[in-house]
Amino acid sequence: MDGILLQILNGLDKGSAYAMIALGLTLIFGTLGVVNFAHGALFMIGAFCAVSLQRLLGLSFETLDPTKKDFLGNPLKVKTPYIESWFGPEMGASIIDWSVPLAILFSIPIMLFVGWAMERGLIKHFYKRPHADQILVTFGLAIVMQEIIKHYYGANPIPTSAPSAFKGSLDFGVMLGFDPNVIIYPYWRLVYFAFSAAVITAVFSFLNFTTFGMVVRAGMADRETVGLLGINIDRRFTIMFGIAAAVAGLAGVMYAPINSPNYHMGMDFLVLSFVVVVVGGMGSLRGAVAAGFLLGVLESFASMNWIKDVIPGIDQIIIYLVAILILLTRPRGLMGRKGVMED
Amino acid sequence: MLGLDKRDTKFLLIVIFLTLATPILLQPFPESSTLAQFNAGYPDLMQRFAIFGIFAIGFNILFGLTGYLSFGHAAFLGIGSYSVVWMYKLLDYNVIWGLPLAVILSGLFALVIGYVSLRRSGIYFSILTLAFAQMSFNLAYSVLTPITNGETGLQVYTDDPQILMGATEPTSPHLFGIVMNQSAKINLGDWVFTFNNGYYFCAIIAIIAFYISLRIFRSPFGLMLRAIKSNQQRLNYTGLNARPYTLAAFVISGMYAGLAGGLMASMDPLAGAERMQWTASGEVVLMTILGGVGTMMGPVLGAGVIKYMENIFSKINEQVLHSWFGWLPDSLEGFVIFIAEHFVGSGWHMTSGVLFMLVVIFLPGGLVEGGQRIKAMFNNRGGDDADDPEHHPKHAPHVAE
Repeated sequence: MDGILLQILNGLDKGSAYAMIALGLTLIFGTLGVVNFAHGALFMIGAFCAVSLQRLLGLSFETLDPTKKDFLGNPLKVKTPYIESWFGPEMGASIIDWSVPLAILFSIPIMLFVGWAMERGLIKHFYKRPHADQILVTFGLAIVMQEIIKHYYGANPIPTSAPSAFKGSLDFGVMLGFDPNVIIYPYWRLVYFAFSAAVITAVFSFLNFTTFGMVVRAGMADRETVGLLGINIDRRFTIMFGIAAAVAGLAGVMYAPINSPNYHMGMDFLVLSFVVVVVGGMGSLRGAVAAGFLLGVLESFASMNWIKDVIPGIDQIIIYLVAILILLTRPRGLMGRKGVMED
Repeated sequence: MLGLDKRDTKFLLIVIFLTLATPILLQPFPESSTLAQFNAGYPDLMQRFAIFGIFAIGFNILFGLTGYLSFGHAAFLGIGSYSVVWMYKLLDYNVIWGLPLAVILSGLFALVIGYVSLRRSGIYFSILTLAFAQMSFNLAYSVLTPITNGETGLQVYTDDPQILMGATEPTSPHLFGIVMNQSAKINLGDWVFTFNNGYYFCAIIAIIAFYISLRIFRSPFGLMLRAIKSNQQRLNYTGLNARPYTLAAFVISGMYAGLAGGLMASMDPLAGAERMQWTASGEVVLMTILGGVGTMMGPVLGAGVIKYMENIFSKINEQVLHSWFGWLPDSLEGFVIFIAEHFVGSGWHMTSGVLFMLVVIFLPGGLVEGGQRIKAMFNNRGGDDADDPEHHPKHAPHVAE
């Protein structure tokens, strides 16, 4: 029982990332009808927003401290981050400590802008082109984004730390009456799960409870009619693209402490997120979220030792196997609408 | 000749000539000149031209003719490499055992993967093939380590059985004693031409592969594949089942990929799982698109251009850039070099990404179409239909639409 609980918990954080990326992919596909292979790159750029902010806050100047001497007897050089000199040492240190959550604020405008620029600059011209062309051009774009990041940040993963308040783990089992140290779960992963739940809820409320969202949903159902009603649906769809990019970016920002960002992390997630979208049902937002969590949890179940003993290597391929099964038996996915992209 | 009409025979002869003369044609600059760095006549690079040419020709039979975009062809490349290296380990270094096995095995895998994947079309097909390729990649890295040797890559060790190994036999890949990595160097004045056994082996196989693909393009079977690309629904309405045809195309292109993978291992007796990663599949898509989808010459051209640029661009470093742009005023030079250094050296992938995007956006027909447009600009007589020896498919709606 405790093992099962632990695997569910372990699956949730990866599942959260899958769900957020897949949600963005589905938003883009549902509104603009574009298959975006560059979405993983947006996730990666989000993670690098966190890295950049941490570096930016860490910028420091050197002063000589005459009271201390180094081993040669010269006055010791002390590095003081600018932030600490502006806000005082304590305040400054805690701002640096909290850089990853702060990067959320920092990344939203960046991601919205990147999304907007991508849609207006490139994707716009590909509405009428075949899906294959869309896949190819966004694949090219993903390579370019990846290489730009690689050029400035190098090819190695960059460790990015979570705030010290969230370091350490929660002994989850004790709270449910199990023995201590059976179900241990890092705080930051809990935060990540809560954060993704909040983001996903926000996106759904935005779509369901605002006029803007209503128009967008109407546009997803029948773009032409909405256009005939005199509503500038294209502009709204562009904004939705920006929002989808921001969701992917946010997923990346908060993921940085879990897995040190490197330039190709986006590609790894992209393939899986596409599989998630397909399993959930092309164009179904709820399906994307549900399938994201489902596959995340399934993946962590498959990595349990006794299952691996029965079927070796199952943890590596379980997601793909599920996708193949779903595509062959129920091509519209778990929650896809009938008739949408079924062949 | 050989069942080809006059024009195709001429075309094939030109291709044969170009392939055989490659070691000379790619060494246009004398060794002592500063332009010598643009020479491409080394065995390693020429072998890659031929091998990736085969890979792209095969991929084009699937993508170019039927329009099914596979993102999983790298899996077959890997299978080909592994089977050849296994034959080295079990029998001996003669490539004659490994290559047929590579083709057969990858054909079998293609049959299974294709049978499942081809039940869907469009983007679903791409994702299914991608899923299969990623599965093979992950398995090759983890559970299949006894077969694939995991991250280290499969190679021949001294304690391998090698039951056919003779006492005097060379200890590197060879064909009945013709050692692949041996070459004859000819110095003509300031020029050095390298005639490599391995290259000529690959080149002959590439010519055969090209000939087979030419025959497929001209056959009723090829016509059927084109019909699938232009309108599969109509084909179904006429009572024809398209799936056996697409499956055959998939298997053929998988076999080509396996052959290319086998040849890679024939040149260098190593096989690693990274050959199966989906970025490798992306590379062959890139080559085909860059050269021209659905044309005979396009994929080969694309493979050549990509591999050549990869080689040249990754060699250029900051000193080379400084020597090129030294004549510019200092501030401007700094700026130009700042921009240019993104694209050279390890930034080569960026160049290929940009190139790829530009081709998809502005020149969907690839370099072949670009060439035709330029040609049409010069002899502006219209009627380009007559001037289309390769029967390029017209811009038909894609299956994915």
